[in-house]
This record gives sequence, structure tokens and C-alpha cells, in this order.
Amino acid sequence: MKMQINQFRFWAIGLATSWLALFVLVPSLMVLVTSFLTRDPDFLIRFEFSLDGWRSVFDPSFISLLWDSLSMALITASICLAIAYPFVMCLMSLPSKWRPIILFLLIVPFWTNSLVRIYAIQYLLGKKGLINDAMLGIGLIDKPLDLLYTPFAVIFGLSYILLPFMILPIYSAMEKLDLRLLDAAKDLGANAAQRLWRITLPLTLPGIVAGSLMVILPAMGMFFVADLLGGSKHALLGNVIKNQFIQTRDWPFGAALSVLMILLLSFMLWLYYRATKLSNRQGGINDSDF
Amino acid sequence: MTRIFKLSFIGLVLFYVYSPIFVLMVNSVNGSRYGNKWQGFTFKWYEKLFENDALMQAAWHSLVVGITSATAATVIGTLAAVALQRYRFYGKGAVSSLVFVSMLTPDIVMAIALLILFVTLGIELGYISLLIAHITFCLPFVIINVFSRLKGLDMSVTEAARDLGANEWQVFSKIILPMILPAVASGWLLSFTLSIDDVIVSAFVTGPGYEILPLKVYSMVRVGVSPEVNAISTLLFVGSVVLIVISQLLLRYKRK
Repeated sequence: MKMQINQFRFWAIGLATSWLALFVLVPSLMVLVTSFLTRDPDFLIRFEFSLDGWRSVFDPSFISLLWDSLSMALITASICLAIAYPFVMCLMSLPSKWRPIILFLLIVPFWTNSLVRIYAIQYLLGKKGLINDAMLGIGLIDKPLDLLYTPFAVIFGLSYILLPFMILPIYSAMEKLDLRLLDAAKDLGANAAQRLWRITLPLTLPGIVAGSLMVILPAMGMFFVADLLGGSKHALLGNVIKNQFIQTRDWPFGAALSVLMILLLSFMLWLYYRATKLSNRQGGINDSDF
Repeated sequence: MTRIFKLSFIGLVLFYVYSPIFVLMVNSVNGSRYGNKWQGFTFKWYEKLFENDALMQAAWHSLVVGITSATAATVIGTLAAVALQRYRFYGKGAVSSLVFVSMLTPDIVMAIALLILFVTLGIELGYISLLIAHITFCLPFVIINVFSRLKGLDMSVTEAARDLGANEWQVFSKIILPMILPAVASGWLLSFTLSIDDVIVSAFVTGPGYEILPLKVYSMVRVGVSPEVNAISTLLFVGSVVLIVISQLLLRYKRK
């Protein structure tokens, strides 16, 4: 009997723990180690300490590419925020039984193949695509614009794919908002803009930071978006990492770039904790899960 | 007035989200090869799709990887969620932060981390490497899905069962599992769709001998427009929607 008790416990704990340790923890450490090793033409890497991988990261030509990718990710996050925040505010003013349905409608495409949706955007943005057709039709332009294979197309695709990741955290932050605070502010004479700026925004800040985290990092990694919408000219960090591992075979450099992404993730998590702390102090709720 | 404005804003966002998918679906039955103009209804792209052996083989591989990885992730993830909820053990905090971190890690970082592991261990890139990778990225979703269901349950029944002499396995299989079954099933369906749709991780950890559907589609659309892709995309979209609707209904389903 005792034996059986321990057996179930043992398997329940052991299986997941060892899986996560072997396939999440160990590989992550290996990436870190690889970034400090020497590149080898025959065996990919040699066990010899070297800073070459990191030297390539700080190469000026690469820094400008990194900056491009980061700024595209930041613009993407701003566009998502500019759509998501008003969207959630509109959603909150609807009767509560409608909200899950609309939210569900929004999330359905997110579970379908993102590659396929990016491919569909090619149809929309092409020279003879729907957007050009529509603008020609209403006489806004007289000849089709080059929308495809531009930074604009990449940003369009990224913000399209990543929009739900911004909406969901903001929605869950907004749902926790204590509406009595808004009533009290109204009674005390605050107008709509003041209520938004002084109450709603600070208290939903953790949602905004969480959403940005979930948009910015994937926006730097989704190589297929740059491939299909940006042509070869507008590469993302993800394209560079992929090249280092699949074509150029410079593993230490590729690994160093991944460590860079992990550092960015940690920085954004730190921002998130700061934001939750801040909103708690200002009278929010203590629950910090998202 | 403001209400109309708000509703139309919501409508506009939904239109924006669905329009590319709608274009794909229309073009999948459009006679025109390049899909700029409507040239009559046709099923020929679907016929061509089913005649394309390489694509069908890739679809079959995807199905196999999807089913096996979703099943394994569901078993491991369900046990993990129960362990995290019921037991205290050494390293519990570390396990939950690993779950959290693996969910937030960008796909591309997880992809190269696993690639380095596979190459170091000498695991051949193909079915096994894909299976391990897919289980790994599905696992946190199953754990969180099941865990949040467990949190909402009244656990006093399990204590009653223990008092009456049930062992841990009996408590799990006779009491906990039936109660969390909807969340377990929805976790399986989510894992399956995640696996079928993945491009980034699979691009790194699969070998030339084992092609799967999203990567096959990727290599097809990179060279240009191909109407068969519209057809397969429509099928994938419809399939995903059906699975997602089922999984949401399961989550909402409350046991008396």
C-alpha cells in the first residue's frame, strides 16, 4: 500500500520534472555554453573557449540589423497597443455576456496556422491585391503602391499575427479593475480623460507590459514573416539566428544571439514585476497572474 | 451614438482579423490561378491537392506527430498539474518557474536549444526529434489548462476518499481524473493544433527525411503563389476551428 502511494507520487512528480530539466533547462544552459565556444568547420563547434560569437554580436554591421529588428518589434507593439487598448475599452462597455463571445471570435484565428495567414496577407498587399485595388477604386492613388517586400509589410504581418497577444493580457487587467474607483473619481469631479490617465492606465499597466512582452519577443523571432513579406532585404533577428544554424553554420554566433533574446525576456519580466508592484501600491489588486 | 461607434470599432477589428482568411477561402475555390479576379467556382485545386503525393505524405507525417505528441504531452502535463496542486516536494518552485519560462521563451530560442541538445546527444533529426520538441512546447499549455481547472475544484472529496482508504492512484483515477477530464481533453486538442501549426521549432529540429505539412507549405509559398496551398490552408483552418470550438465547449462543460 505504502509502495503504491509512493509510486504514483513518484511518477507524477518525476516524469514532468525530468522532462522539463532534460528538454528545457539543460538545452538552455547548452545555448549559453555554446555561445562561448569555438566554431569548427567540420564538427560545428569545438570545446575551446572563445569570444568570437559575442564579438560578432557587437560588430557594427550587425548592430544596425539588430536595431532594425528591435525597432520593427517596438513599432509592432505600439500598433498592437493602439488597436488593443481602445478595443478592450469598447469591449468592456458591452454587456458581460457578449464579451467572451467576441473575445473567442478574436482568438480563433490565433489558433490557426500563422504561416498560412501570412501567406494570405501576400494576397492583400500585392500590386494587384485587395488594398491596392480598393485604393485605386476610390481614386486615392493612380497607380498601385509597392506594399509588399517593404518594412511596412513586415510590420503589418507581425502586428496582424501578434494582436491577440496584446489584447488578452490587457483584457484580463481591465477585468480586474475595481469599477468603484472610477465612480469615486467621477463623483469627485474627474473628467473622462483624467479618469483614463490617472486611474485606468496606471492600474492596467501590468497588462500593457505583459502584452508588450508577448508581442516584442516573438516579433523579433518570426523569420517566416520577414521571408514572405519582406523579401530578403528586411531581415529580423530570427532570420539571422536561423542562418547561423542552418546555412552559415556559425553556432557560437547564433547561440550568442539567442542568449541576447533571453536577456531581453528577463529585462521585460523585470519590467512586468515593477509594473505590478506599482499598480498594487496605487490601490490595485494583489493578484499578479496573467 | 457612442455605442454605435464602439460596436463598429469592434466590428472593424474583427473584420481585419478575418479578412486574410476569407481571401484564402475564396481563392481556394477560385478558377483564377493568381487569385486577383473571380473566374468561376472550381474544386480543381482540391483535386490537385489530393493528387500531390509529397504534400499528402507531409500531411500524414504531421498527423502522426500531432497525435503522438499531443497524447504524450497530455499524459505528462496532467500528472504534472496534479503533482503541483496536490504535493509538496523539493524543487516545486523550480518546476513551476520552468513551466512559466518555457511558455514565454521565444520559439526560436527553444528551437536552437533543442537542436544543440539533439546534435550533442547524437539524436537523428526526424520523427523522434520532432516528437520531443513538440511535447516540450505543448507541455506548459496542458499543465496550465489542467492546473486552473484543479484550482476551481472542491478537493474535500479527495480527503474523504483518503480517509476511507483509497490510495493516491485510486484518488487520481477514480476522483480527480473524471473531474478534470474536460480540461484534459481540451489540453489534448490545444496541443494537437499547436503541433500541426508549428513552423519555427520544426524548421530547426526536423531532418530532410521527415517532411511535415507546415514546412512543406512554407517551401511551396516561398517560391510563389500556389493555389493548392489555398486549398490545404482552408482545410487546415476549418480543422483548427472545429477542434478549438470543441475544446472551448469542453472547458465550459460543467460536471454536475
